[in-house]
Amino acid sequence: MVNPVAISLRGLTRRFGDVVAVNSIDLDVLHGEFLSLLGPSGSGKTTVLRMIAGFERPDAGTIELAGTDVTMTAPYARDVNTVFQDYALFPHMTVAENVQYGLRVKKVAKAERVERAQAALASVRLADYEDRKPAQLSGGQRQRVALARALVNRPKVLLLDEPLGALDLKLREQMQVELKEIQREVGITFVFVTHDQDEALTMSDRIVVINEGRIEQIGTPTEVYEHPATAFVAGFVGISNLLDPVTAEQVIGRPGTWSVRPEKIHVHLSGESAPAGHHCLNGTVREVIYVGMSTRFVVDLPAGGSLMAVRQNSEGSTDLGHLRGQSVGLSWDERYEYQVADRI
Amino acid sequence: MTTVELASPKGGFGYRHPRARLVALLGAPMSWLIVIYLGSLAALFLTAFWTVDGFTGALVRTFTLENFVDVFTTPAYLWVMARTVGIAVAVTILCLLLAVPVAYFMARIATKRWQPLLVAMILTPLWASYLVKAYAWRAMLSPESGVIAWFLAPLGIGGPGFGIFGIIVTLTYLWLPYMILPVYAGFSRLPDSMLDASADLGAKGWRTFRSVVVPLIFPAIVAGSIFTFSLSLGDYITAQIVGGKVQMLGNVVQQNYVTNLPFAAAFAVIPVLIVLIYLAAVRRTGALDNL
Repeated sequence: MVNPVAISLRGLTRRFGDVVAVNSIDLDVLHGEFLSLLGPSGSGKTTVLRMIAGFERPDAGTIELAGTDVTMTAPYARDVNTVFQDYALFPHMTVAENVQYGLRVKKVAKAERVERAQAALASVRLADYEDRKPAQLSGGQRQRVALARALVNRPKVLLLDEPLGALDLKLREQMQVELKEIQREVGITFVFVTHDQDEALTMSDRIVVINEGRIEQIGTPTEVYEHPATAFVAGFVGISNLLDPVTAEQVIGRPGTWSVRPEKIHVHLSGESAPAGHHCLNGTVREVIYVGMSTRFVVDLPAGGSLMAVRQNSEGSTDLGHLRGQSVGLSWDERYEYQVADRI
Repeated sequence: MTTVELASPKGGFGYRHPRARLVALLGAPMSWLIVIYLGSLAALFLTAFWTVDGFTGALVRTFTLENFVDVFTTPAYLWVMARTVGIAVAVTILCLLLAVPVAYFMARIATKRWQPLLVAMILTPLWASYLVKAYAWRAMLSPESGVIAWFLAPLGIGGPGFGIFGIIVTLTYLWLPYMILPVYAGFSRLPDSMLDASADLGAKGWRTFRSVVVPLIFPAIVAGSIFTFSLSLGDYITAQIVGGKVQMLGNVVQQNYVTNLPFAAAFAVIPVLIVLIYLAAVRRTGALDNL
């Protein structure tokens, strides 16, 4: 039977001086899954990736790849490949030489080497760029060469360290779709580091939210977005919309901090009543922000704090600026409210 | 539609006359370069085509290739040339072998706090006078009373004494900082991710060094070698102090310039030519493209 776990981290810890960058992380990455490590900069997500690759040695804990302990194994002996944030293409080699490098090091025969490199470049749609130097390529093309250079080795696991960070928005969105397609085609386990929640939500099978060197939550994009486990996750993934204990006690009737996603909240003008099964409260509109597809309302609550509500601009009047300063009702289906812990 | 008159610029003289600003910036250094530097080189080249009257010792200002024919047909002079180039190559290779590990340590292993200190330590010997350092090596190498001979005496071996070996060792000592500094700069510019990427693709240390590190610091090595090679090629004082009877190109020039200035000039053109050939060869490798 094939071991379903591709990477297994146990008690993984890394300190830099007095700073604990990674604090006793336990994580199992399954074969063939697209797993994102999501967190703000300095959260330790890249350090986790670098320890899996072997560039950093953990101070404590173990790393297993497909059941084999590699904690003390050098990077060159690990069956993983990395796509670096700055791509790290060798500037003195052509695209083809870059892609063939891993195969050349492993003494793969030339004919096979050339063929596999061509196939890898074709899979990232750069078949005609073999003889170019990295300096002659655009950012998106370099990114794809880096991907081909890693994939050509057919690693068990591909590690990606914010590979889309340097690209502009349009290209990034396009590459997100392409990366996901490539991952589905090759069936390799992807571990993807990002600080961009949209990217993580779009591409991942599972998301690991990391903050201050600890795992805040592990779950599918839906779980992480709709059931944030902690206040940090609620705030970092999507827009923070927290009901403080005082307001929660009044509206929901139960103690603790609660969260509702903005798009679940309906805005009612005076006179309209909330449907059955909805929790509702009144507030004053502080800000109306038009963002094209939707309009955002920031509503101050009587007991302090505020909520954001999002209304799709699909029908009716979309010019709602006159609501600023007015009193409105807010309501949401109670199925969409979730209690969040300050920390697991 | 109305056209708007552009107001004339309100800045100072330099702002209104960008060309004048450029002249002010480069005027002095360019005149220095053209008049004094290239001018003296041209004078040297010109003199090389004159001769000296054998009886009176006066300059004869008529064009002749006699000096160059002499230089290139006299076996003793050809030997001096070959020896000098050999010494310069040996010094460059020795400097390289010593500089690469030192520079690697400075740039990639030493902590950030130590790096400026290490650079300062590499620079310190440059503050001492060239002559002091050359005489220090004379004291080291001296056949009977030298430090090296004294150390080797109990083993029954004589010291190396003065000669080619002494010249190579002393020149290596003198020019080593000029190799370490550019190579150090080269290693500092090398991104960590390059080395990580190479290891990630399965390459061990030596392979990474050969296939990634050396090609990427090659321009730095070339820059350093231009210093060590050309400085060694033109040196004659070290040869006088620790060379014993060994002569280098510079010594021949020095011995002739009083009695036969045109011949000395012709001889002095040779190191210039060798360095030009060296630069042309280096340029073909593409190492100067990214300087």
